[in-house]
Amino acid sequence: MVLLMRDVAIVGVGMSKFGEEWGRGYRDLILDAGSKAVGDANLSGSEIDAMFVGTMAPGRLVGQEHAGALLADFLGLNPIPSTRCEAACASGGVAFRQGYMAVASGMHDCVVVGGVEKMTDAPGGDVATALGGAGDQEWELFMGATFPALYAFLAHRHMLDYGTTEEMMAAVAVKNHKNGSHNKYAQYQNEISISDVLKSKMVASPLKVFDCSPITDGAAAVILMPLDKARKHTDTPVQVVASAQASDSLALHDRKSLTKLAATEIAAKKAFAQAKMAPKDIDVAEVHDCFTIAEILAIEDLGFVPKGQGGKATLEGRTALNSDISINTSGGLKACGHPVGATGVKQVVEVAWQLRAQGNGRQCTGAEVGLAHNVGGSGATAVVHIMKRVN
Amino acid sequence: MANSGIVGYGTCVPQFRIKPDEIARVWGEEPDRIIKGLGLQEKAVPDIDEDAGTLAVEASRNALQMADIDPVKIGAVYVGSESHPYAVKPTAAMVAEALGATPELTAADLEFACKAGTAGMQICMGMCASNMIEYGVAVGTDTAQGRPGDALEYSAGAGAAAMIIGRQKSQWVAELEATYSFTTDTPDFWRRQHAEFPSHGGRFTGAPAYFRHVMGATQGLFEKTGTTAKDFDYFVFHQPNGKFPLEAAKKMGIDLEKVKPGLVTPFIGNTYSAASMIGLCAVLDKAKTGQKILVTSFGSGAGSDSFSISVTDRLEEARAKVNHPLAYYTAKKTYLDYGLYVKHRRKLKSL
Repeated sequence: MVLLMRDVAIVGVGMSKFGEEWGRGYRDLILDAGSKAVGDANLSGSEIDAMFVGTMAPGRLVGQEHAGALLADFLGLNPIPSTRCEAACASGGVAFRQGYMAVASGMHDCVVVGGVEKMTDAPGGDVATALGGAGDQEWELFMGATFPALYAFLAHRHMLDYGTTEEMMAAVAVKNHKNGSHNKYAQYQNEISISDVLKSKMVASPLKVFDCSPITDGAAAVILMPLDKARKHTDTPVQVVASAQASDSLALHDRKSLTKLAATEIAAKKAFAQAKMAPKDIDVAEVHDCFTIAEILAIEDLGFVPKGQGGKATLEGRTALNSDISINTSGGLKACGHPVGATGVKQVVEVAWQLRAQGNGRQCTGAEVGLAHNVGGSGATAVVHIMKRVN
Repeated sequence: MANSGIVGYGTCVPQFRIKPDEIARVWGEEPDRIIKGLGLQEKAVPDIDEDAGTLAVEASRNALQMADIDPVKIGAVYVGSESHPYAVKPTAAMVAEALGATPELTAADLEFACKAGTAGMQICMGMCASNMIEYGVAVGTDTAQGRPGDALEYSAGAGAAAMIIGRQKSQWVAELEATYSFTTDTPDFWRRQHAEFPSHGGRFTGAPAYFRHVMGATQGLFEKTGTTAKDFDYFVFHQPNGKFPLEAAKKMGIDLEKVKPGLVTPFIGNTYSAASMIGLCAVLDKAKTGQKILVTSFGSGAGSDSFSISVTDRLEEARAKVNHPLAYYTAKKTYLDYGLYVKHRRKLKSL
């Protein structure tokens, strides 16, 4: 089946500044990212024939549903089909996969994929409730669990089974802040220390404030075309060589293991098979670090390090920029920020920049192959994309 | 517009205090994070029979003692607060009555979050300068509310400050040289009708609200009067906590030593409508003839009023007339535990 599909390339990318964008609304953010991507692809909006947009909870956060049509309208793309994709924090990754399939299948020739979330207009408690919708409402949220609490369960189990320490988790935040300090789009561009993380306020033991990704406004956009037409628009097309997605139970108690996200593992296996690659072939990866423990789980489940070694590898600097593998060069969700619907698309934007050698102070030297890993909820959805530079 | 000046000022701060450590103990927070993070040592708590009205009366009487004027010549009383005891029934009329200024005067309550008191000062300045009145009284008073467990609970204090403003230069203890205001519709902090406690926008109360308006008004005053920070001996900024005024000063390149004498929130909490005015009183209690003070208030919602104030040679003599200066109130302290605090603030609903 794969052989019948067309090769797909990213021809343009763009993102808004991530952060507390108090002066900009939901639609302003996507307009910013979308127009940058269209400009980057050197095309006019009239050439775009479909749109997919990842956004998790605009209804709850800004009272706006029907985001697909709204955002197409504001990007000046009417009357093309525009579809909203929702998979909690993996909404962006799922939207990108829909865009990829639309071009690969031949249904569409030029697709814009957007991701957006406007979170800081809502009070903190309302944001926590909205994000809680990513978990199992009846079994988890109704019983009082919040998202930090769910990931705290995973962290405790990982500590118990593999000896992972709070310091190892803190090392994830420290590395990501260092990467983020070179990213002008990042919410936090300051470096922090292990002791800053350890001393920060407790949220849900063992996770402290600096173990958690922040509440963020932001948008990102990507333009996809068939590879054979991509050269007309860019000298540096980035080919999407694998797209895989897997699902798992929403509730943690239905899982066989609390020390891995099975959906990540399955999606990764499929993606590597499609790309005919192995984890060692990846130079640079954006992984879903909504909490520091999530990055440790991710690098293990994706196969970059053996199970149980993620914390140790991070503390030893083996996931830092230009080490064994460069993880979360953008600063990750932790430092770049986590506007939930935008995150999956932003990961693709960052990987594309890395493969085009546009990483500025955070460039992974000679990056040829990159991976984006986006998780919904506590692992009920996982999306993995592998991209390579076309020379 | 140098046609009005302060002829007397007074303050009142309730004697009860609670420390952040005690509030943190109840809510399971780390006290150091509050003390260092907000720059707060303790806050003033009203007695069970004190409210914004009683505090306003005492502060106004202290001001009257300093001004040493015939209260019947007071032509206006404005009381700014966000904790007026009545939703409908003016605190200003109670204050006017208690001062002996009734019935030939105008009076009204004002509300603009924490800057309603300085708005009253501006109204009195205009009325004096236009010869509508001989003297006007502007009061900022609050028994500030904070939802139990909310960050505001550590800072929401209680206190009042009153300024008697007059038009006769010979009576001024300080000249009100100029004022400049900076106002926008910015929803950083609010309390709806019938809501017991205010809501706030968390970090949104910082950069786009407090700092934009405080700095906007201060810089506007500099431009309007052709002055710079060097021309002033003291700066008083609205002080929701112990940190914001120093941060604002730092951002504007102002020597922090010029700000600290007017920084009283660390010891009495944020007295809301009274905060910048009590800060001004603290400075006036030590300022010398000829010294210049810049005051900038801030009220959520949002706006700031800046004033350029110059101390006259009458101040020292006038200060001596007051039995209860600010130092009296800040020194007289009785500490409460959280249980008594709950009683004082009537937070126990079954009572």
